[in-house]
Amino acid sequence: MCTYLTNKVELIGSAKGAEGWFAAKEATVYLDHPVHALYDHSLNIDFINPDLGASFRVAVELDPKSAVALAHAILETVSAFPELAGKA
Amino acid sequence: MSKYDKLMAETVYFAGANGDMVEGYFARPLGEGPYGSVVVIHHMPGYDAATKEITRKFAANGYLALMPNLYYREAPDAEPDDAAAAARAQGGVPDERLVGDVDGATKFLRSQANSNHKVGIIGYCSGGRQAFLAACSLQLDAAVDCYGAFVVSDPPEGAPLKVKALMGIARNLSAPLLGLFGREDSYPSPDEVKVLDDELTKLGKEHEFHIYEGAGHAFFAPNRPSYRVEAANDGWEKIWAFYGKHLG
Repeated sequence: MCTYLTNKVELIGSAKGAEGWFAAKEATVYLDHPVHALYDHSLNIDFINPDLGASFRVAVELDPKSAVALAHAILETVSAFPELAGKA
Repeated sequence: MSKYDKLMAETVYFAGANGDMVEGYFARPLGEGPYGSVVVIHHMPGYDAATKEITRKFAANGYLALMPNLYYREAPDAEPDDAAAAARAQGGVPDERLVGDVDGATKFLRSQANSNHKVGIIGYCSGGRQAFLAACSLQLDAAVDCYGAFVVSDPPEGAPLKVKALMGIARNLSAPLLGLFGREDSYPSPDEVKVLDDELTKLGKEHEFHIYEGAGHAFFAPNRPSYRVEAANDGWEKIWAFYGKHLG
């Protein structure tokens, strides 16, 4: 299936892709067919900057269980520093 | 030697929606013809190597085949996966632009010296829906929908794609339709396929649907885990028979 379901998140940060470092302004998060990973479906995240063009992208395609583990790891990490990240 | 071993494939530019010059991958046999033509609509991951291979396959089987790069406007010089990501982030391909691009592609194909002026369309994944859309919007000679979702029902709430179901224009279907689907697919589900089948029967539209057991979405893709060799092989046979009848 193509789920088509996509979440967008505005970001403040940087990412390093094929064109080098750039300001990552958005992330799109979706569960769909991967381009490279050999799963039927993967949790995909594109860190992008639409102002700079399509090539300014850092892409990850994760096994959905790995993605959940990553999300927990992010929340656990930032929750240790609420003064920086706010309450997770 | 096969009859169509001698062929040419290259990038071309043709006038698409709003007169925009659009990139396309054009493959054709080098004989005198006349040949039928096929517009190949790529899947949601874009104008990629796998769909170029499919386009060449049509040429190797005696058809002029043109695959428009539907994401050319969003990302003219990007890699196919980057272009697909950009298009997804921007809400996908607007239906009106798709129809204009396919219209331009059919004019390009019919203008070839070795064209027999018959043009079919085939689309995979999101392209399956777009093939149906084009066949309900333009005068075509044959259409093949390979597991296109959101023909019968709208995308789920929250989906970024600015598209709607197409049942309201099914009455305008201009060409015989071959539909190839997987029993284990959810988008479209077998129930949705049945709704479309029943509606086309009610409307008196010529169509032929096959739902393959043990196959899900993207069973034609030989480079993906979703590939199902029995379904794909039989599907190709169905396509050759269908186009042979309607585009020959």
